[in-house]
Amino acid sequence: MKPGPGTYRVGGKVYASVLGLLSPQASSVEVIPLSGRYVPKAGDLVVGTVTDAQTTFWLLDIGAPRWAPLHMTGTPWKVDIGETGRYLTVGDAVLVRVESLEATGRIGVTMLGEGLGKLDGGTIVRISPARVPRLVGKKGSMIDTISRHTGAKVAIGQNGRIWVGGSPEAIQRVSEVLRLIEENGPRSGLTTHIENYLRATQPADRPYAGPSDREIAGPGGFASPDEDARDEPPAPPSERL
Amino acid sequence: MGNVGAKETPILLTPDGRRIDGRLKNELRPVRIQAGALRHADGSAFVEWGHNKVMAAVYGPREVHPRHLQQNHKAVIQCRYNMAAFSVDERKRPGLDRRSQEISKVIAEAFDSVVFAEEFPRTSIDVYIEVLQANAGTRCAGLVAASVALADAGIPMVDLLPAVAVGKVGGEIVLDLKKEEDNFGEADLPMALVPQSGRLVLLQMEGHMTEEELGRALDLGVQGCRDIYEKMKAALRERYTLTPIAEAAR
Amino acid sequence: MSEEVAAEIRTTHILDLAAVGKRLDGRGPDEYRATSIEPGFVVTADGSALVRIGTTAVLAGIKLEPGKPFPDTPNAGVLTTNAELTPLSSPTFEPGPPQPGAIEVSRVVDRAIRAAETIDLARLCVTPGEKTWVCYVDLHVLDHGGNLIDAALLAGVAALSHATVPAKRFGVAEADYPLAVDHLPIECTFVRLGEAIVVDPTFDEESAAQGRLTVATDETGRVVAMQKGLVGAFSPDDVRATVRRAFQHGDRMRRLLRGGSA
Repeated sequence: MKPGPGTYRVGGKVYASVLGLLSPQASSVEVIPLSGRYVPKAGDLVVGTVTDAQTTFWLLDIGAPRWAPLHMTGTPWKVDIGETGRYLTVGDAVLVRVESLEATGRIGVTMLGEGLGKLDGGTIVRISPARVPRLVGKKGSMIDTISRHTGAKVAIGQNGRIWVGGSPEAIQRVSEVLRLIEENGPRSGLTTHIENYLRATQPADRPYAGPSDREIAGPGGFASPDEDARDEPPAPPSERL
Repeated sequence: MGNVGAKETPILLTPDGRRIDGRLKNELRPVRIQAGALRHADGSAFVEWGHNKVMAAVYGPREVHPRHLQQNHKAVIQCRYNMAAFSVDERKRPGLDRRSQEISKVIAEAFDSVVFAEEFPRTSIDVYIEVLQANAGTRCAGLVAASVALADAGIPMVDLLPAVAVGKVGGEIVLDLKKEEDNFGEADLPMALVPQSGRLVLLQMEGHMTEEELGRALDLGVQGCRDIYEKMKAALRERYTLTPIAEAAR
Repeated sequence: MSEEVAAEIRTTHILDLAAVGKRLDGRGPDEYRATSIEPGFVVTADGSALVRIGTTAVLAGIKLEPGKPFPDTPNAGVLTTNAELTPLSSPTFEPGPPQPGAIEVSRVVDRAIRAAETIDLARLCVTPGEKTWVCYVDLHVLDHGGNLIDAALLAGVAALSHATVPAKRFGVAEADYPLAVDHLPIECTFVRLGEAIVVDPTFDEESAAQGRLTVATDETGRVVAMQKGLVGAFSPDDVRATVRRAFQHGDRMRRLLRGGSA
């Protein structure tokens, strides 16, 4: 049995290194964290906030251990050196993709790509990165349900920062759903619970619209795990696996 | 620790081997651990241990402040153990005294021995411990709270870090000293154990014991740590219990 | 230095909601969060209380010690209020010397306790000019979900209400006795969000706020302290409206303090 993510091996035995759900794979064993900061992976779509504008790059808070530099060449704009502040300033929200991870812990991000860019309007709601698979649901079923019922636009950052656009009322309903997901993370029956909430709060003057022209910036390269398979007992660090 | 009242040594051990609060020599005080006790920290825990009340919070891994503490190949683990002014009999002046700074240092080093810090270069993992009510053994209670908080914060580590103090009271080696035993006993030996490896990552001693007594004290402490370990795991399981949502709503 | 930078669009959203009478957490502009008081939380203190307002938690501990009165008030006891915004409570707090925010909390709480004559300082005096009780009110912020001032004063007053003077322990009298509390000041804080004024702001609402206003009242109908904080402005009519609301809130909290339901 090979030690996968969230585990370590000592003396031929594999132990959990993080608090999480045991997930046995074909030839390895893995522990999926139940909590913690966002661990970036190349290709991840993330929502970030600008924390600093330097001469040639910005620093983004993406909820990861370190601030991620966005270089001026990684944007669709022709930025002159020293002019970064004309395009993005502290507090601006952006949708970017994780491009590179270095041994130094440096997280390179880019704004070049379809759907990426500065986020205008709407708001950002935070959930635990460990809850993001729940928000996506089986093959995107959960997020489909949410957008269909509310008419809101939703961009899911793998870092647990969710951008929600639309009317204040739609944003409010999505925020409430996100709160339900956050507070009821590892529980079964969540999808049904949320559908019930959405039906109960559907405004009479704006009935359920159906799966029409929703715009979802989907999670990049994300394999949503089977919901039921996750309902395993949690394994604290060093639990023998 | 101030003790304005009783000046006379109380009877610490009865002839039938009972201690001042009725415990046996190898018996822990009641310990209650709540994982996730705070809303705004990355991880947190509240520990009630006898008459100790200790809150711990963890932030990180995050950017290092001040910047010069940054390490290129690992996370720096910073710990602040602090006692609230009202946590002891005689009001303590707010702020870190030398004792608190020393405890902060040895606790940070204990965690540095088990956290996979190299996974997060140039970051900081900040461990904050606030003693709200003190009754001997606060560094162990604080360490246990912080360890559960680290797990709650999703920090990868070799193992949880249970801790307990063993002491010598009335000539006997006893587990988990309470305040009177700490004030009037002959020795105090706090320790923290890595259950996975069986090794100690925090060890201090004050007072006097023979070599033979120390040997027995270590055995008793390791056993006490293993008992605390079970309570720590139970607290984390409880926080992340997987109950169907309909039940949770009730 | 704070690591947390509030996203501008989040601030805008809070203001947009406020403009239509709504709030992020679903409350109305005039709605206060659920509040609880747990007296006697810390037995090493001479009085204590843990107060929760929403996700905010503040622990107050009272300590009474014999000391010397100030030369200019030889017949009065000494009252000292200190607030600690512990680094546990928020990602934006760093360990170190007291920040201006902590000092403001302790000063505003101190003014309300003093002006309301919550405790009669003259009664703390043991021997005029020589010996008096020094009463320390230590406020420990454990979880910062906004509106620290209200939570801190409520915790302080609740802790004073349950405090015992340790007279026997310090050899001042034969027996300990309860600290007499004469008045119950309660603070009620508002923030301006655009043209709207909302009560009991969350951390996010404080970050978005264009001015904060705190009004302390007591049970005799007196306004006993006020504080306008943050960048922003209020009209005299705004102030009149908040004072009216502060009295309502004060009455509710005083019922809670006396052990009733709010």
